Amino acid sequence: MVAPHPETWLRVLPQGLFCEPGGFFIDPLRAVERAVISHGHSDHARAGHDAVLATPETLAIMRARMGEGRAGRVQQPLPYHEPITLGGVTMRLVPAGHVLGAAQIVMEWRGSRAVVSGDYKRQRDPTCAAFEPVECDVFVTEATFGFPVFRHPPPEHEIGKLLKSLTLFPDRTHLVGAYSLGKSQRVIALLREAGWDAPIYIHGALASICALYEAQGVRLGDLRPATVAAKDKFRGAIVIAPPAATADRWTRRFNDPVIARASGWMRVRQRAKMAGVELPLIVSDHADWDDLLSTITETRAPEVWVTHGSEEALIHALSLRQIRGRALRLVGYEDEEASEEAPDELASPPPEPGQHLAPLTDAP
Amino acid sequence: MTPFAELLERLVFTPGRLAKTALLRDYFAHTPDPDRGYALAAIAGDLSFVAAKPAMIRQITEERVDPTLFAWSYDYVGDLAETVSLIWPTTAPGTAPRLSEVVAALHDTSKLAMPARVAGWLDVCDPSERLALLKLITGGLRVGASARLAKIALGEMADVPADDIEEVWHGLQPPYLPLFDWLEGRAPKPDAAGAPVFRPTMLAHPLEETDAAALDWAAYRAEWKWDGIRVQLVATARGQRLYTRTAEDISHGFPEILAAMDFQGVLDGELLVMRNGVVAPFGDLQQRLNRKAPGAKMLADFPAAVRLYDILIDGDGDLRALPFDERRVRLEQWYAAHRPERMDLSPLIPFDGPEALAELRLGARAASIEGLMLKRGDSPYLAGRPKGPWWKWKREPLAIDAVLMYAQRGHGRRSSIYSDYTFGLWRDDGVLVPVGKAYSGITDDELNFLDKWVRAHTTARFGPVREVEKALVLEIVFDAAQLSTRHKSGVALRFPRISRIRTDKPAAEADRLDSLMARVPPSGVAKGEALADLES
Repeated sequence: MVAPHPETWLRVLPQGLFCEPGGFFIDPLRAVERAVISHGHSDHARAGHDAVLATPETLAIMRARMGEGRAGRVQQPLPYHEPITLGGVTMRLVPAGHVLGAAQIVMEWRGSRAVVSGDYKRQRDPTCAAFEPVECDVFVTEATFGFPVFRHPPPEHEIGKLLKSLTLFPDRTHLVGAYSLGKSQRVIALLREAGWDAPIYIHGALASICALYEAQGVRLGDLRPATVAAKDKFRGAIVIAPPAATADRWTRRFNDPVIARASGWMRVRQRAKMAGVELPLIVSDHADWDDLLSTITETRAPEVWVTHGSEEALIHALSLRQIRGRALRLVGYEDEEASEEAPDELASPPPEPGQHLAPLTDAP
Repeated sequence: MTPFAELLERLVFTPGRLAKTALLRDYFAHTPDPDRGYALAAIAGDLSFVAAKPAMIRQITEERVDPTLFAWSYDYVGDLAETVSLIWPTTAPGTAPRLSEVVAALHDTSKLAMPARVAGWLDVCDPSERLALLKLITGGLRVGASARLAKIALGEMADVPADDIEEVWHGLQPPYLPLFDWLEGRAPKPDAAGAPVFRPTMLAHPLEETDAAALDWAAYRAEWKWDGIRVQLVATARGQRLYTRTAEDISHGFPEILAAMDFQGVLDGELLVMRNGVVAPFGDLQQRLNRKAPGAKMLADFPAAVRLYDILIDGDGDLRALPFDERRVRLEQWYAAHRPERMDLSPLIPFDGPEALAELRLGARAASIEGLMLKRGDSPYLAGRPKGPWWKWKREPLAIDAVLMYAQRGHGRRSSIYSDYTFGLWRDDGVLVPVGKAYSGITDDELNFLDKWVRAHTTARFGPVREVEKALVLEIVFDAAQLSTRHKSGVALRFPRISRIRTDKPAAEADRLDSLMARVPPSGVAKGEALADLES
């Protein structure tokens, strides 16, 4: 018997990507009966589902961010690598390397295998399990940085820039804008690895997630709230805050701060300048261009579906490698940082790549 | 290349002058010779080699990168050198060449061998090194650091006044080894004898009412303050130079002045455009300042001249220690003896007490005059801006009531505050058109008021800019208005600043564009370039 092509059992519905024989949605965009969630960022983990299956870490993150009642009426934890069968579909969760608990969803049905990556990265991250490639017939990938200009340097190099700046400007507060779930904790952990033992001050929005990471065994060291009461301690200190707060009146408690930002978007100067950043740190939790292509090669998938990001460029690059690419156009996923950007930055969308061209879709 | 690339990357994002100086100081203190000297030359614009053309860079990239992906990426990034630096496939192991290796090789490489040479470098560099390399070889670093800023940083590093570095600067060549040897105590100060080097300028303080009240008027001499730019003319047996007051060498832009410098000495004066002895509006001089190499028509249409007001060196004699009155006598004698073309003397204005002078100042409405200068008769020529010997007493500024249109967040300390304001005036058809931008003039309390007001009255957002309701009137003062084809309104303001927030005035009663146009002096048609370029 010929294995059924995944397009016969994985469908795009208005709610999101649906595994028909399994009867569940993956990272649905609105409330559904049964949801499998790849990771805790709010564009993937939405509130109000009835039954939710995810890694125990992701469920803990959802409860911390949404409150007990809204993170799914029935929660089913599934540790990495443990298979489970749902309506004849064998499913397991495999580390995606994106943030704590982030998983790829590996599904097999009647001898055909599809992997939904969720968001992922290949760079080392001391705060979460590393990505594991899984061979498959269809690889469903993100493409947040699906553009050949996005090539992330080693994160240690970027942390080195921050530490060097602290020696150059020892009196100035270094205020690092970093997404509150994942990026903040990774930056803190990288700083600890680099030998920064001093207290790190954190914005209130980070407190609960940092505590959760600590409870899951990720060591973040001495963290203190960046309250006005601590004002005199900020000289030469590192403060971590959500990106929007670094452009807000909140920053006025700091003395002549160096505004840094840890984000893959910092690779492009105009983006960094628009955000009013003085010290761009190219630290991303998404695969860069080279890692997207090498990961796709490792999965040996003959066909790749692209969920969100710059799908045109990636699909074009795949066609040059004789790999069939398809844009799923799941409206609603975004770079998680966009949701924590200052409203100002959101108001002016980045230029769309190749926007003068007709959209490339579903090239047969 | 690596430390140079890191320096450029930090400089381009660093808005504050103090922070920029700190970055430069750190670079010069920790980078070996001769690399740091070549970096200094690159920042000062003193490196010369046959620059690589963008077309060549594009061609070597297209040989390696899919053209569709390259075109999309260029669209996205918007800058060729940056796009190439990011998209270039890293192929060869190895480390980036040293800056000095690159500079040496650029001198030796033929045009034919250039593409392969550049590609070989790009192969072993990381993106930030590639960008530094490409900016270096295509000319134009554009990192917001000038030669002067680099010299200030060097001065701080070695605890030497930056002006001492200026004195020896123009006798040196990249990579300036004698300069670094001197700054680090390994060699004496380089000998600038005979070289046409810049001498630090003496500057004036603005005369405030409290200063005026305490002034011993009889001790001072008065001159008109001309509306041109301050220049220093330096002529020695080894050459002639024309410098701005910040030591920028503008000789190439003013060949007719250089040709008239058939003497040996150092003089201080005002560069102006003059027709038949009549000073033209500042906008005419702007035409010349915008051109590095003016053509024949430009030279004929906008003839430059220098109005002299001081002499620092006459032949071999350094006159700077002499009191102003004696220097003035020497200046007049020198002028009578040489009578150089395209130069005249700025006259002393006789006056009889402060009231008479105040009246003269009030009457000074000619476009060519900014106000008055007051110089103590017994003051030597001192470097910098000592308080007391020289005062500038500008005429009263002009004022308009304009409507706030847009606000932008500032940088550094002001990065969370909407502190840059674009304001406009009403046109006849009832449309508000922007006429200028102001950043200064208000107190911290007023700044906080405006920041709150902007946040509460935002109607649209464009990146860091907010458009606001057209409801708040600002009183703007400025030194002059002139025509500009670059501004939608057709007019540009000199030194606009906010003098008051007019919460008492309805926006509909703000000034009309016509009333500003009426204040533009005749014949000052500024083509193309705007004022903001030089003054920002």
